[in-house]
Amino acid sequence: MSGLIVTALVILVFIVIYQIAKASELATIIRGEENVKSQTNRLMAWLMVAFFVLGMIGIWKCHEALIGKMLPESASVQGDHYDSMLIVTLILTGFVFFVTQALLFWFIFRYQQTEHSKAFFYSHNNKLEVLWTTVPALALVVLVVIGLRNWFNVTDKAPEGSMLVQVMGKQFNWLIRYPGADGILGKTDFRLMDDATNVMGLDTNDIAAKDDIIVQNGELHIVKQHNVQLVINSRDVIHDVGLPHFRMKMDAVPGITTTMWFTPKFTTDEMKNKTGNPDFVYEISCDQMCGKGHYSMRGTVIVQTENEFKEWLSKQPAYYTGMLPAPPAAPAGAAPATADTTGAGAVTMAH
Amino acid sequence: MSNEATTLHAHDAHAHMDSHGHAHAHGHEHHEQHFITKWIFSQDHKVIAKQYLISGIIWAIIGALFSVFFRLQLGFPDSTFPIMEKFLGHWAQGGKLTPEFYYALVTMHGTILVFFVLTAGLSGTFSNFLIPLQIGARDMASPFMNMLSYWFFFISSVIMFASLFVQTGPAAGGWTTYPPLSALKEASLGSGLGMDLWLISMALFVVSQLLAGLNYITTILNMRTKGMKMTRLPLTIWALFFTAVLGVLSFPVLLSGFVLLIFDRHFGTSFYLSEIFIGGKALSHIGGSAVLYQHLFWFLGHPEVYIVMLPGMGMASEILSTNSRKPIFGYLAMIISLTGITVLAFVVWAHHMFVTGMSPFLGGIFVLLTLLIAIPSAIKVFNWLTTIWKGNIRLNVPMLFALGFVSLFISGGLTGIFLGNSALDLHLHDTYFVIAHFHLVMGVSAFFGMFAGIYHWFPKMFGRFMNNTLGYIHFFVTLGGAYLIFWPMHYEGFAGMPRRYYDYSAWESFKQFSTLNHFISTVVIIVFFAQLLFVFNFFMSIFKGRKVTSLNPWGSTTLEWTTPLHPGHGNWEGEIPTVYRWPYDFKEDGNGNDFIPQTVPLRDGEEEH
Repeated sequence: MSGLIVTALVILVFIVIYQIAKASELATIIRGEENVKSQTNRLMAWLMVAFFVLGMIGIWKCHEALIGKMLPESASVQGDHYDSMLIVTLILTGFVFFVTQALLFWFIFRYQQTEHSKAFFYSHNNKLEVLWTTVPALALVVLVVIGLRNWFNVTDKAPEGSMLVQVMGKQFNWLIRYPGADGILGKTDFRLMDDATNVMGLDTNDIAAKDDIIVQNGELHIVKQHNVQLVINSRDVIHDVGLPHFRMKMDAVPGITTTMWFTPKFTTDEMKNKTGNPDFVYEISCDQMCGKGHYSMRGTVIVQTENEFKEWLSKQPAYYTGMLPAPPAAPAGAAPATADTTGAGAVTMAH
Repeated sequence: MSNEATTLHAHDAHAHMDSHGHAHAHGHEHHEQHFITKWIFSQDHKVIAKQYLISGIIWAIIGALFSVFFRLQLGFPDSTFPIMEKFLGHWAQGGKLTPEFYYALVTMHGTILVFFVLTAGLSGTFSNFLIPLQIGARDMASPFMNMLSYWFFFISSVIMFASLFVQTGPAAGGWTTYPPLSALKEASLGSGLGMDLWLISMALFVVSQLLAGLNYITTILNMRTKGMKMTRLPLTIWALFFTAVLGVLSFPVLLSGFVLLIFDRHFGTSFYLSEIFIGGKALSHIGGSAVLYQHLFWFLGHPEVYIVMLPGMGMASEILSTNSRKPIFGYLAMIISLTGITVLAFVVWAHHMFVTGMSPFLGGIFVLLTLLIAIPSAIKVFNWLTTIWKGNIRLNVPMLFALGFVSLFISGGLTGIFLGNSALDLHLHDTYFVIAHFHLVMGVSAFFGMFAGIYHWFPKMFGRFMNNTLGYIHFFVTLGGAYLIFWPMHYEGFAGMPRRYYDYSAWESFKQFSTLNHFISTVVIIVFFAQLLFVFNFFMSIFKGRKVTSLNPWGSTTLEWTTPLHPGHGNWEGEIPTVYRWPYDFKEDGNGNDFIPQTVPLRDGEEEH
């Protein structure tokens, strides 16, 4: 009922506005069309100027309101290059933005039609056109050069001695695998996957797989000032490992392995101090639409010092040890406490 | 016809529209042969254009309403809106949108606006309306094929609309519908029947676009009136020509992508699927590549951006020139830059895929090609600015929209330079920065081109003017609203806030924007109502608008204004006029007029442009 009333009200408002508009049109005819036209023209020119001025004030206000909510300083070495390139691009495009918009709105005001004004017949000028073909082209060349240099740096092979970690996406969380003592990520096969006993499909015939460590709570532990290479893929649909604080992003595609590497600069604790936010945490956001839980596919990155990391790692059991006594298939409803699969995995690991 | 001016009345009037030059797909209560062939299964390009336009308007209302729904969720994640339950039923139980349907709404919003409104509604309307009228032809090369193209679109629309009501909901994998999400029922509710209907609807849509596009190209190349050399075509026609070329060459690739997806969904093939474990079991698919789909999709997807943009560019050029009383600056440069955009549009698609793990070398090539396309765009902007420089500017409603188009195109275009540079895309990809970028440049800006076109050619379409005051209100609310909505989104994007999230409150990195999201959603609602004001103005003016009394109300040079006030099928009574000059001769004609129509022969000693 209320919906009906609202609809009726909206329609009524429209009718009122329309009638007023209609009346103003009639008034136009009575007061003489030409007269009103030139008045309206002047009004519109002023309104456009007002729009431009208000717009510029708005841009300033918006900047003031939001600049404090931006990301903190880049947490990776690569991110520093990113940020400086972003600033260069912002300045360049910002300049073009202000100049062209100012010209647009200035011309509107300056060259509005008045009683005696005349247009200047000016159909082309090759010199001008060559000028504004080459100047943007040169500016773009600068941006392309900076861009490609950074691009090839970050997409280059990870440096020797990088820490190797696998990140696997699944609906709707992240599985993290460390290679264990041998430093080799063992073989996996998706046909061996099982939500309770083998979440990443470890191939236990491969000796390298036996000491692999799988973290299922979405925590990616890495070491400050130590290059880390992520080997990324997915179990089901396409996900994306988004690391806003490190200015990094890479898709997780089923059947394809992608990689990304970077050098973390600050530990999580240091970043808490830097930002003055005791709740600060590096987050992994899924940046590729992956289904209804996409928005909750959250992981965290814990950057630690070498010692903290070693201590943490030593407490993580190899996933294989949890797989060994293959638990008998529990009848449905027998284990109410471990209803969700992540919980079940954690329990098996604890054995 | 009653005197009451209500929307209800406007609907009523559909049934009585014989005498009012307006056809509507739903008006099939009348079965007289005459009515049906004249207004429903019409082969008159002008009627087909109106059919496209009105279908587009209806779709635009639906698509915009969807955005209001999901913006309510984003702006007010803790509130409930019982009114949503009225519209969406169990998908919004208690007035709270479910995540599944949030994603369905996002998907349908994109699909509807990109394809049904800004492709069919935009180039469908203006290609149909303007090509024969501006080149001096009695109709399209194949009026029958033209009619078919509308009806394929219509069936496609019906199927898409029906998909909103299936039990598992419409497609919900984003308008790009990437597999495996869209290929596997287990992956998402929306990947069930809704996705099949989506694919079928889109396949028919492609058919419609191909029929239409071939017709446009053929007509422009072969049916120009005497004297209408290609270099005397108005820029609208050039733009619509390249729009059609883009569509004809890229839509088939999209169709092939869809066909393979249908095979993967139903016939056990593995084009896009490999090594998948879902719903507790490993699937048998092996060897496919999910990235292949993205290549096929974006091979259309990127040209599609220009299919959406070019008509607006053409119309803005025309309207800016007419209302500045000054020729378009650099006519030839405009054609060359349109050509450049069209050619480059085919070789930049992979910039949507920088983070798929593609070869960095290939990524580098695409960076180069992508930033190259900024050059013709820059030329166009500078030429528009020079066109209004030292003009004699009339700030009527179409002109304001054309100027707004330029402003928005600059704002949205410049951010493309960020996203096209792969090193910057690494962080900005799939954040709100992307939303801000493409909404400004191909969403609102294309809409401004469309609005400019509607206000400008409404007198030719319906023999009446749209109401000016409403038009001015519509313009300022929409332009201001567009900037208020999308400008702050750039900041959210710099902060890494991902798009397509249902709720940000659990994220330490993104939750600080809740006030901003609240603000944006409020503006969205206001802007939505301003659009309804336009719709209201449109339909009211068809019946009640001020009548056009002179043949050429804007003082234009082009051929459509030489037709009678209410041109019949065939457009010109008697012979089609001959063309003697280029379309932008805004100079003294010696009789006190500041323009010389294309149909006026060159004076003695006058040199052709």
